[in-house]
Amino acid sequence: MADFWKRFSRNRQAVLGLVILCVVIFVAAIANFIFPTDPFLYSKFPLSAPGENGFLLGSDSIGRDVASGIAHGAKTSLLIGLIATLAAVFIGVIFGAFAGYYGGIVDDILMRITEVFQTIPSFVFAILLVAIMKPSIESVVIAITVVSWPAVARLVRGEFLGLKNREFVQACHTLGMSDLRIMLAEILPNCLSPIIVIGSLMVATAILIESGLAFLGLGDPNVMSWGFIISDGRSMLRVAWWICTFPGIAILITVLAINLVGEGLNDALNPRLRERN
Amino acid sequence: MNRSSKIIRYVSRRLIQGIPIILAIVVLNFFLLNLAEGDAVDVLAGEAGSATPEYMEEMRKKFGLDKPLPVQLAVYLKNVLQLDLGYSFRHDMQVTELIIDRFWPTLILMVSTILLAVGFGVLLGLFAAINLNTWKDSMVSVFALITYATPLFWVGLMMIILFSIKNDWFPTSGMENSAMFYEGFERVKDIAHHLVLPTITLSLFYLALYTRMMRASMLEQYGQDYVITARAKGVSERRITFVHVLRNALLPVVTMAGVQVGALIGGSVIVESVFAWPGLGMLAFESLFARDLNLLLGIFLLSSGLVVAVNLVVDVVYCFLDPRIEVN
Repeated sequence: MADFWKRFSRNRQAVLGLVILCVVIFVAAIANFIFPTDPFLYSKFPLSAPGENGFLLGSDSIGRDVASGIAHGAKTSLLIGLIATLAAVFIGVIFGAFAGYYGGIVDDILMRITEVFQTIPSFVFAILLVAIMKPSIESVVIAITVVSWPAVARLVRGEFLGLKNREFVQACHTLGMSDLRIMLAEILPNCLSPIIVIGSLMVATAILIESGLAFLGLGDPNVMSWGFIISDGRSMLRVAWWICTFPGIAILITVLAINLVGEGLNDALNPRLRERN
Repeated sequence: MNRSSKIIRYVSRRLIQGIPIILAIVVLNFFLLNLAEGDAVDVLAGEAGSATPEYMEEMRKKFGLDKPLPVQLAVYLKNVLQLDLGYSFRHDMQVTELIIDRFWPTLILMVSTILLAVGFGVLLGLFAAINLNTWKDSMVSVFALITYATPLFWVGLMMIILFSIKNDWFPTSGMENSAMFYEGFERVKDIAHHLVLPTITLSLFYLALYTRMMRASMLEQYGQDYVITARAKGVSERRITFVHVLRNALLPVVTMAGVQVGALIGGSVIVESVFAWPGLGMLAFESLFARDLNLLLGIFLLSSGLVVAVNLVVDVVYCFLDPRIEVN
């Protein structure tokens, strides 16, 4: 662990990303304390410029606080990104593990299914899924999961293919271990690092998809999110630039930070790869 | 067997491989349509304000919605094969017709985006690779990192603030100024003027992607044996870079341009709805609000088919470009 941290902290960009990410998580965690009122609550001061009437980042067309929306939206984005990624990794690992371990017809069937899902244009598919299920937190999470798992499945399959004939796995066979136990307890731990890397990068993509859906009006109408503020502020672009600008910066910074951390993890978990470059 | 007949066999095999994927997508489409709450008749009735149950029954019969699911699926499959994607009640038009109408604006946007993104991506990647590990290289990397993390719709809105509202350089929306009745070259100029902001917005993300790929591809080629041979022969570094390495490094980048077409379609939904560009993406956006699922599914089906087709074309072009590729 100490060794891992040493390698990770050698990458300055990754440390910067981690710091930014911690700040975003902190803001999301204390959103209820610094902005205790409902972020949807309107006020008497519509379209206040940043700094006016006590609005740090201005207010929107019906006087909602943009800063409060961003803080509460951070919770939404991070949670959706995290849950959707965990679900996608779970499904992807199952598909990839079975396909890689058993090979043959199982592999063929599972990979054909994966291929279909990879061919479909993912964002259009996500739009369609949310439109059919009606916009809500659950439907957004499901849609992001459905379009994200194939990448994990392919990765895990490749890892399992490479590991299943290694000596330690053969030793497990001779010991009489069950297939499931070999897959879960022996092979899976050995391919955790690429899964962690791809998972961390997927959180960033998930946040981008979520904001895009919310921008198109497909976010949960009862939950504040960054994409919603921007889509709502669009019609006010001419008179109030701040409504769209600040939530966008929040998305940019968060996604950038997660990407940096992901690349840092990649370098730290695969030291051989780093030396090659 | 000679190479050309091998290629023909390869192409036909790839074509056959594409068929089950398309079929699977059509079936998926059908089930999604049935998953949706309420059918077309409910939507119509809701719009009309009042409809008697008898009238709704009659409508269902008319659209074949009263038949069992497998029959409906068979009918749906048959219709899709005949390129009949159903009826858009909102636009009062055949979905296929609507889609063809709106296809050209999207095609213009996509082609100009790909040209811009691949062109500049290759240049930037080349620039970074030549200046490896200098501040120029880092600048390019930082640019790529930031563009990679920026939501497209936000870039579009910022472009509008900067270049349409603060400076009145480009129009905020639409594809042409139809009130001016431009014709011929004037019209092309007008469309090109409207095209600038959407194209830049849509190409940014792919620009970052191609820049990174081009850089990596150049570095990989620099490590190949033929570069060492060329150096040993006394070929100048300049010539090695621009004649030998560049040509080989371009191949994978060109292939990626094809693979990304699915993502490009998703991006164009966003960009078209930001700039009110009257293409398929805008149509999809409109159908969301009208709950016009038939139309949305039609667009979805067409874009999936497009991805399959482009992948096939890229694969074929690739084996013509690179004679080392095994077609077996």
